[in-house]
Amino acid sequence: MSKTAGAPKVANLNDLLAVAYQIEIDAVDRYKLLADQMETHNNPDLVKIFRDLARAEGIHGEEIRRMAGDFDVAARAREIAKFEKSESPEEADLGSAHYMMTPWHALQLSLAGEERALAYFTSIVENTKDPKVKTLAAELVEEEAEHVQLVHRLLQRYPKPSKNWADDLDPPVSQE
Amino acid sequence: MSSVAYKQADYKSDVKPIWCPGCGDYHVLMSFGRAFAQLGLPPEQIAVISGIGCSSRIPAYTNCYGFHGVHGRSLALAAGLKVTRPDLTVVVASGDGDGYSIGGNHFLHACRRNIDMTYVVMDNHIYGMTKGQPSPTTEPEFDTALSPGGTRVRPFHPLVVALASGANFIARCFSGDPNQTADVLAEAIKHPGFSFIEILSPCVTFRPDEKAWKEQVHPAPVTETSDQGKAARRLMTDDGFNIGILYRGTRTPYQPAAGATNIDLSELEKDFEL
Repeated sequence: MSKTAGAPKVANLNDLLAVAYQIEIDAVDRYKLLADQMETHNNPDLVKIFRDLARAEGIHGEEIRRMAGDFDVAARAREIAKFEKSESPEEADLGSAHYMMTPWHALQLSLAGEERALAYFTSIVENTKDPKVKTLAAELVEEEAEHVQLVHRLLQRYPKPSKNWADDLDPPVSQE
Repeated sequence: MSSVAYKQADYKSDVKPIWCPGCGDYHVLMSFGRAFAQLGLPPEQIAVISGIGCSSRIPAYTNCYGFHGVHGRSLALAAGLKVTRPDLTVVVASGDGDGYSIGGNHFLHACRRNIDMTYVVMDNHIYGMTKGQPSPTTEPEFDTALSPGGTRVRPFHPLVVALASGANFIARCFSGDPNQTADVLAEAIKHPGFSFIEILSPCVTFRPDEKAWKEQVHPAPVTETSDQGKAARRLMTDDGFNIGILYRGTRTPYQPAAGATNIDLSELEKDFEL
C-alpha cells in the first residue's frame, strides 16, 4: 500500500489547511497516548520525550489554525480529514512501542511520521491543479523536510542502543 | 442512529489503559471508537460487556455503558442484557482464553441462539494477563515453561466453530489495521443476529514473535458469502491469516416476546429472602 493510500482529497486551500491541522492534532493525541503508556510502565525519559513531541506538534497545529484566520479548520477537519486506509501520517506506530524503549526508538517513530507527512504533502504538490494549494503544500513540504532534518540532528544526541536494549533484569516471566 | 456527528474521541473514557506498550488491544480500542462514530451511535446507547483478561479491560476505557463480568461469562451477561434491552447496541469483548476456553460453551450457544449482538475476540494465542500459559489457540509446538515442548494439542479454530454453531456474521481482522477493523466492526454491528469477529491482536510481552503478524496477514482471496457450504470450504484452506468478512448469513435473530420480561421484581426478591 502506498504511503498516501486512502488519504483525504484536497479540493481547495481550506481543505489543505484542515487536513494539515488534523495531521498535527492526530500526532498530538498519539504522542500523549505513548507518554501515558510510558508513565504507566515507569519509563520517565520517554514520558518527557513523548510529551515534548506532543507539545511541538500542538504548536504546529496552532500555527496552522492561525494561518487559516477566520476559517474554522477544526470543523472542516472533522468533515474531511479522514485517512481511510492508513493511519494519519504523523501518528507514531503504536505497535512499535515497548516498555523499555529508548529515546532513539522514540525518535525513529517520530522520523517515520515526519517522512510520511513529507510524502503526503509532496503528493499534493505533484497532483494538484490549484496554484494556491500547490504553493501552500510546497511550504508544508519545506516545513516537514525541516522537521525530518531536526529529528536527524536530535538522533545524533541519542545513538542507536545496543542489541540487548530490551533485556530486563526483572522480566515478565511465563509461569514456572 | 443519531444525526449528531461523533468522533472516535467521544467514546473514550478518562481511564488510562494499562496494557503493555505495543499491545494490539490499543488498536482494537481505537477501532471501537471509529466504528461507533461511523455508525453515529450515541455512547449511552451502547453497552460493552466483557469477561476477564487483558482484552476484557476494554469497557473501562470507553465511556459507553459497560460491565466487566466474570471469567468466560461475558456472552451470558450480554445475552441477558440484549433480550431485556433490545434497544441497546451490545458489543461483547473477550480474549482467546476467556472466550474459547473458560467461555467456550457460551460461545457455542451464543452462536446457536443468534441474539442480535457483536462478539469481538482479541486473539493473541496466549493467556497474557496470567503470564503466558497456552490458550486454546496456541500453536501445538509453542514452548513455554508451563508446557515444555509445546502442548502438542490441536488449536481451536474459532471461525469453524462459529460457522458450525450458527453465527450469522463471521470475520477476521488484524488489530494493526484499525481502519479496516472499524469498518468490519461497523458492518458486524449493523448485521442482525450474532456477529463474531476474531481480531488477531499481538501480545508483545509473552509472544514477541507475533510482531511478525503485520507481515503475515493478508486480505482473504475470496469475497464474503452467505452460503454456509462455501464458507466452510473456504475455511478448509484457511491459513489463519486471511483478513476480511467470511460469512454474512440470513438467519432471523432470536428475541423473546416482550411480555416475557414483565416480571415483578418484588416477587423475585421473595425467592431470595433468608
